[in-house]
Amino acid sequence: MAIDVATVAKVARLSRIAEPKEALPALAEKLNGIMQWIEQLAEVDTDGVEPMTSVVAQGLPLRDDVVTDGGDAAKILANAPKADAGFFVVPKVVE
Amino acid sequence: MSALTDLTLKAALDGLAAKDFSSVELTKAHLAAMEGARALNAFVLETPDEALAMAAASDARRGSGDAGALDGAPLGIKDLFCTEGVRTTAASKILGNFVPPYESTVTANLWEAGAVMLGKLNLDEFAMGSSNESSAFGPVINPWRANGSDRKLTPGGSSGGSAAAVAAGLCLAATATDTGGSIRQPAAFTGTVGIKPTYGRCSRWGVVAFASSLDQAGPIARTVEDAALMLTSMCGHDAKDSTSLDVAVPDFASFAGKSVKGLRIGVPKEYRVDGMPAEIETLWSQGIAWLKSAGCEVVEISLPHTKYALPAYYIVAPAEASSNLARYDGMRFGLREAGSNLTETYENTRASGFGEEVKRRILIGTYVLSAGYYDAYYLKALKVRRRISNDFDDAWTRCDAILTPTAPSAAFGLGENASDPVAMYLNDVFTVTVNLAGLPGLSLPAGLSSEGLPLGLQLIGKPLDEGTLFSLASVMEKAADLKARPKPWW
Repeated sequence: MAIDVATVAKVARLSRIAEPKEALPALAEKLNGIMQWIEQLAEVDTDGVEPMTSVVAQGLPLRDDVVTDGGDAAKILANAPKADAGFFVVPKVVE
Repeated sequence: MSALTDLTLKAALDGLAAKDFSSVELTKAHLAAMEGARALNAFVLETPDEALAMAAASDARRGSGDAGALDGAPLGIKDLFCTEGVRTTAASKILGNFVPPYESTVTANLWEAGAVMLGKLNLDEFAMGSSNESSAFGPVINPWRANGSDRKLTPGGSSGGSAAAVAAGLCLAATATDTGGSIRQPAAFTGTVGIKPTYGRCSRWGVVAFASSLDQAGPIARTVEDAALMLTSMCGHDAKDSTSLDVAVPDFASFAGKSVKGLRIGVPKEYRVDGMPAEIETLWSQGIAWLKSAGCEVVEISLPHTKYALPAYYIVAPAEASSNLARYDGMRFGLREAGSNLTETYENTRASGFGEEVKRRILIGTYVLSAGYYDAYYLKALKVRRRISNDFDDAWTRCDAILTPTAPSAAFGLGENASDPVAMYLNDVFTVTVNLAGLPGLSLPAGLSSEGLPLGLQLIGKPLDEGTLFSLASVMEKAADLKARPKPWW
């Protein structure tokens, strides 16, 4: 299942990473090298095997749905690239 | 003052308790060593003012008799741990000058025990790498050099700054993290001791996420006992991490020096990989011999799915990374590169903020999770992960711990594996299975290569059985009796 230039462009778009057109062929080659090496997983018999999503033997803990933290707007905005009047400033999303 | 930086963590704590020297003196000695070792590029941020203030506070606590377990000990912190009020970068441009308004649980535990922070340590960007070459701050240089050579060697990765700083005597011990081998491989390359505990032992809260089902913090130190002391203070249940284990933390140092008589040691035949240097094979046999003479019984075991661990890892880890790193969008913190609309701003920000290896892994992760490929790759990898974990379950019916080499070679030269990502990934062939199965793994220095470079052996334990690893490692440390330290050239 080779990754072509169009696939790399699509995946880069999904990943929200700008990749210049001229970089795509070399990137496709690198990704193909990695994916070809990964293909060997097809050899493993996994019929009836349950996918492993966690190595933790305990279940996820539950807690009461209550406010435990908050009121830190200034702290949260301190690292913002752009902030104004207690809000994040972001590019226009609605015309 | 050089003698103070040669002390083990244990000896330094004893010296502080006996009032042979103060934490301020000990800290000043390490700050001077750091200043003299900038050529190693181990620290991305030195925090001398904070260090001296913490040291003075520690001396005051000692004076009033309420010192903690690590009181006054100067440590280095991998720059993947968020530190309140102190810049945290994950060695990525995308975090810019991010200053966390909170402290990671692991570092908070260390400060609670009285430790002193010297600064933040270099790493591969977002902990993705095995040579420290993907850091936005440039690579760390290994303090070790081959005999008669001045070639620059990698300290390994991703915790290369932690390993180099500990090996060079710039800190008494350091925090590190391990997603596929990032504590153990650098420990092996620098002649230090590193342990990745059972998944869930150390809280992940406040540690910059790479692959959350695999990430685990642990220490790098110069002796087995020192690593045990560090781990005891780092661990503990944390309600802020849903995968944190609610179990008691033993005094790990009490296991060092315990008898290992009668323990069964598994030697997996699948770890004899093609092209493994003869000296690694010899080292492994030597390790087996040491444990035999300490009264262990050695049994050959089989971990049949070993060769599939790395390919499975390179689906699972990038998939989780592509999801975790989606948060770096230039809106709430870190770098923002403006574009003509919102999507372009995201794309420009991520294109200029992430380095090549990180981008590659995000792309792979996005690809294997995308419609049409999810079952063939991601789900398949999760099933193979189960197979790998089951291999270990079977092994534990025959043995109590497993002995393997840590890495397939000694430290290699900077740039040597840079052009081929898969060649670089193969560095983790012996360590990555442990992350996939969530088990504890410890690397200790066991000998020197023909070129005079350190080589490590790895001990793998049952879940929550770090104690046995410390007992076995201390027996081997004693038998190896390595005196060699890197000769200062920096």
